[in-house]
Amino acid sequence: MQISGAQMVIEALIAEGVDTVFGYPGGAIMNVYDEIYKQNSFHHILNRHEQASIHAAEGYAKASGKVGVAMITSGPGFTNAVTGLADAYMDSIPLVVISGQVPMSLIGTDAFQEIDAVGISRSCTKHNYLVTDAKDLPRILKEAFYIARSGRPGPVHVDIPKDVTAQIAEFNYDIEIDLETYKPNVKGNPRQIKKAMQAIATAKRPLFYLGGGVINANAADEVRELVHKCGIPAVETFMARGVLSHDDELLVGMLGMHGSYASNMAMSETDLVIALGARFDDRVTGKLSEFAKHADVIHVDIDPASISKLVNADYPIVGDVKNVVNEMLAQVDVVNADKYATWRETIVNFEELHPLTYHEDSERLKPQWVIQRVGELLGDGANISTDVGQHQMWTAQFYPFSRPRQFISSGGLGTMGFGFPAALGVKAAAPEKVSINFTGDGSILMNVQELMTAVEKKLPVINIILNNNFLGMVRQWQTLFYDKRHSETDLSIQPDFVKVAEAFGGIGYRVHTKEEFDAALQDAVAKGVVAFIEVIVHRMENVMPMVPAGGSLYNMMLLEKKESK
Amino acid sequence: MADEARRVISVIVINEASVLSRVTDLFSGRGYNITSLTVAPIPDTKYSRLTIVTSGSVHIMEQITKQLHKLIPVLRVYEHEDMVEKEMALVKFPITENLSDIDTLCQAYNGKIVNTGENIVIAMVADEPTRVNNFLKAIKRYNPKEIVRSGAVALER
Repeated sequence: MQISGAQMVIEALIAEGVDTVFGYPGGAIMNVYDEIYKQNSFHHILNRHEQASIHAAEGYAKASGKVGVAMITSGPGFTNAVTGLADAYMDSIPLVVISGQVPMSLIGTDAFQEIDAVGISRSCTKHNYLVTDAKDLPRILKEAFYIARSGRPGPVHVDIPKDVTAQIAEFNYDIEIDLETYKPNVKGNPRQIKKAMQAIATAKRPLFYLGGGVINANAADEVRELVHKCGIPAVETFMARGVLSHDDELLVGMLGMHGSYASNMAMSETDLVIALGARFDDRVTGKLSEFAKHADVIHVDIDPASISKLVNADYPIVGDVKNVVNEMLAQVDVVNADKYATWRETIVNFEELHPLTYHEDSERLKPQWVIQRVGELLGDGANISTDVGQHQMWTAQFYPFSRPRQFISSGGLGTMGFGFPAALGVKAAAPEKVSINFTGDGSILMNVQELMTAVEKKLPVINIILNNNFLGMVRQWQTLFYDKRHSETDLSIQPDFVKVAEAFGGIGYRVHTKEEFDAALQDAVAKGVVAFIEVIVHRMENVMPMVPAGGSLYNMMLLEKKESK
Repeated sequence: MADEARRVISVIVINEASVLSRVTDLFSGRGYNITSLTVAPIPDTKYSRLTIVTSGSVHIMEQITKQLHKLIPVLRVYEHEDMVEKEMALVKFPITENLSDIDTLCQAYNGKIVNTGENIVIAMVADEPTRVNNFLKAIKRYNPKEIVRSGAVALER
């Protein structure tokens, strides 16, 4: 059929089964928005800032496992979205982001709201397109969705000049994708897998090192089975929280800069690292030369560029984690789980020596308590997103995650302002769950305008603001490494968060005690309106344990021993 | 940076807009300099071949090679070890210089005088890049007015 470029965008989204689009209109994308107005197939959520649209699409994609879609205009609309694109790129989140561009005839003339969008997005997307003719649109959009979701997922940006959205051309979406140069290798090399299984069978102190790739590959069930059949302890990265349930006896915990003592010690003592969909990020490894020093490394990853990038892999396996783990399960008989009993005991001893905990305070609530309490009250019934900072690390440490896609946070880029809009996307994808965003008094102000989106679209996200009147994580580093010179991190001057929430039509609570907190949370869940629960917490609490930047995992700063909870 | 040896990489890419910047961005984003770069379409295909001369450690080169592979329009990446490598140079001389000397030198480097004008002659040589270096040293005494090098092209043996 002969339709306009703008109509093609709509038709392609429908064909891809998109039910929710996040975005913000503007001059160059108006033709597409005109078609959005005329259709009833999908829902458009108007965020109040383009960055929030991308984060919302990320939250939606992470919670649902589908490709998130966002739409923005040219120039500032696009540049506002760049942080979101970079965030999605770092965390391998499948997105298709469609931006308007000035008409072809004006490109390169410094036209109003013109920017070289594909030039900017090239380094922070998996791929991008500038569409110069409407006849290419069906193919480009189909490729965009395919590239976003296949292989190592990531954001794909499609920039469409305004005249191309008006141009009439033939639309046929029933086309084969023919990308000769892009064929992700999903099946692991059988010989390598066999060798890896032999290595596991002969290892004395093997350790699973699970990364976000397990979640991206929807392989949590298979990984749980493999871990248990092998009887081998597992550590999770920040991005992998929820792959194993918090009460799984083989889950040691999170490793890395703010990982548990037992996890970091297990990694330092292991003789075989079994890395599944993890990329040896610097926040995980600490000092590289000391990382898993005694160990051989099995590294399973869909992205060949991740393998031996930082730590040399003795058994490199390029492939989809789900496929490879299934192959490993088929050969799991070579592994004798009893063999690792002593090793498991060693790890239990690590856990007992320095458990992950905190000290209660009689004067003020501890942020860790708040997170644990939400876990007790809502547990599996909530999806949890966070902003970036201390609250984020405490959430990763203390929330009892029980399933993949329950925890949505900005890992690689560490984007403050991610949490609230992402939680809106999570709520849109999973309305049956309570959507909680743990945030700080610093982060929440970096996308606070999304209160309006939440009210308008009835997305009752509960923002729990752990207020310590500090830009807490930077303050912690200043306390520890800059001789307590708290440069520009004191956030004592603050808005009245309760009134802010109320001004937008949401609901606000300020709580100081455990009783007040319980009441506020229960009330917020019952009311089903977007909420701010401002919790006044201890100002100087630090995230512990901590591996100082560049230090080795086994040299942790630990919580001072005291009568602990 | 002892192991920052000279490297020659060939990249086969789909011949489309923006593909060159995708490739060069990977170098510039890491602060790596490209010594020379040649691009031309491969006959009777939709592909082009890039030959990139650069320098860097083995580890960094492995990373760049893998990252190049990750680019959607990249079909193949070769990091050359055993190759035939050639480069062309054009040099402009005043016609008043000793032309038979220049011509003899050119011949030693697979070249000749390819153009003569009222005031200048243009000579061409085509040889291994190191030999082109030698040639350019040798002709200094003939007051070359302008020198252009093509950058290397390479084929694995």
